[in-house]
Amino acid sequence: MGANTAVAPPHKSNGIRTGEAAGPEKPRRPRDDRKAAWLFLAPVLVGFALFYAYPTLRGVYYSLTDYNMLAPPNFTGAENYQQLIGDEQFWNALRVTGYYVVLNIGSQILLALILATLMHRLTRSVALRALLLVPWLVPNVTVGLVWLWLLDANLGFVNHMLDALGMETTSFFNSPSLAMPTVALVNTWAYTGYTALLLYAGMLQVPQHLYESASLDGAGEWRMFSRITLPLLRPVLALVLVVSLIGSFQIFDTIAVTTKGGPVSATRVIYYYIYEQAFTQFHMGYASAIAVVLALLLGVLTAVQMRLLRASRSDLA
Amino acid sequence: MSRTTTATTTAATTPAIGRSDLRTKRRTPTRISPARIAAWTVLVLALAATLFPFYWMVRTALTPAGDLYTDSAGLVPDHPTLVNFLRVLGLTSQEEAVAAGGSGAQVDFLRYLLNSVVYSGLIATFQTLFCAMAGYAFARLRFPGRDAVFGILIAALMVPPIFTLLPNFVLVKNLGWLGTFAGMVAPSILMTPFAVFFLRQFFLSIPREVEEAAVLDGVGAWGVFWRVVLPMSRGPLITIGLTTTVWAWKDYLWPLLTGRDEETRLLTVALGIFQQQSPNTNPDWTGLMAGSTLSVLPVLLLLLLVGRRLVESLNFTGIK
Repeated sequence: MGANTAVAPPHKSNGIRTGEAAGPEKPRRPRDDRKAAWLFLAPVLVGFALFYAYPTLRGVYYSLTDYNMLAPPNFTGAENYQQLIGDEQFWNALRVTGYYVVLNIGSQILLALILATLMHRLTRSVALRALLLVPWLVPNVTVGLVWLWLLDANLGFVNHMLDALGMETTSFFNSPSLAMPTVALVNTWAYTGYTALLLYAGMLQVPQHLYESASLDGAGEWRMFSRITLPLLRPVLALVLVVSLIGSFQIFDTIAVTTKGGPVSATRVIYYYIYEQAFTQFHMGYASAIAVVLALLLGVLTAVQMRLLRASRSDLA
Repeated sequence: MSRTTTATTTAATTPAIGRSDLRTKRRTPTRISPARIAAWTVLVLALAATLFPFYWMVRTALTPAGDLYTDSAGLVPDHPTLVNFLRVLGLTSQEEAVAAGGSGAQVDFLRYLLNSVVYSGLIATFQTLFCAMAGYAFARLRFPGRDAVFGILIAALMVPPIFTLLPNFVLVKNLGWLGTFAGMVAPSILMTPFAVFFLRQFFLSIPREVEEAAVLDGVGAWGVFWRVVLPMSRGPLITIGLTTTVWAWKDYLWPLLTGRDEETRLLTVALGIFQQQSPNTNPDWTGLMAGSTLSVLPVLLLLLLVGRRLVESLNFTGIK
């Protein structure tokens, strides 16, 4: 990775860094900065213990109880998990989330790849990239509201357009069959620019001279894309894909302001289901059990991500 | 949820300061070809599709509510007005607000805007500082258990935010911190595993010689960190600070659960509540779009001020 590695050496194994900055080794050997270290680490360790470690254990514990936030939790063993297996709403939530992820990630990665390639071959404009990033910088709540208005059944701009084109107007968010694709595409709109910039950054790592010599050999743009850009981008693309997948599984805000899980559970994704169970039904124990399942699912994806991260390092460094 | 997006999207990094853009040579002389024109057309269309919804948001915010039924298709409002902004900012009387299409519920977006600025500012500043301190300790200081502690910290990247959100809510509730800024910022102001990881990677990559010179001059670790290391690390610190700011600005679920009250209500939460208060059959679109516009303006300001930095930070936060 050319310019980068010069400054950022590939992550060394945590411990010994003898070979690193070939500076004088002598004065460092016997150092022990114990006191200073705890001072440096204090805020982070407190934050970690209170808001990461403790709640993680607590969450697993809640999932084995009937906790409802009013009475103290009673241990119920695997009861929540047994209930989960028979819970049609839970399976629906998984299905609906899967559907969303496929639609959202599929369209988003494809569009982002096109955009990134065009930018890469046409322009280095920072202004263009900054503008493409705006939907990502804006709160998802705003994104949801703006599209709720654009797609409004009576007064929305999109339906005015459909009307003008002689097509039938639609109530996008209220239709059981259209609601999910609509939410998915709204989020595709919100995240494509961001994803495109990540891919674009990956493309910048491809040595420019490859394109120049390919061009001299008379290769067309398509050939350059399929023979140079795509193969060399593969590790980055895989990484962006997994990272976007993990994010996509956690869709919540957009649904909370647009469809609220409806119509008839068509958009009741897993995050929303957990939220409802915990904060409108107060089934904190049950919600925790669903969260455990989601955590396991995402854990697998994260493990894949870590692997890819390592793979992309050895590939390119 | 927004946090996840930022945090996980950025979870994959080695810091790199190489500005890849700089080494790019100018293109080989460009010819005007039909393919080139087509490609530019696609880019321009994508840009238009990206920006048009924002234009429509502002256009609606400038439309009098009473006009909406007759004037919701033209590119410019027939009778542009600022009244929607004034009423969501709480600058009109109750009667004037209702006359202009409000639901009569008290809204004060000026306060929500300030709350959001305080929330993002606090979290971005302190989280970045604390994570830099820890990152430095993990990169440079020697103490027993260092690698084990770091490993455990990084393992937290595997836990999805919703999982810790439920018990954290219970904790904050039991502490009596619901409806306070303390409760809202508590889980994120001290640390996020990714920032520790990212900054440690950066500190590992800077040459030791400068620090060693300071150490020989008798400066302690604390002094070296503040006077030597931090000034050298402006780029990565700003990167982490900016991504954290954006994350906090977009945050919704946690502040919704912990800070619904008027005093601590954030812009995103206020928009959600405003929408719920507005009648389903006849939503207050002009007011909602005025509120939405207020949530976009600071983002534009950020882009104007540090747009280049923000864009380039993606070159090395997203992927290496």
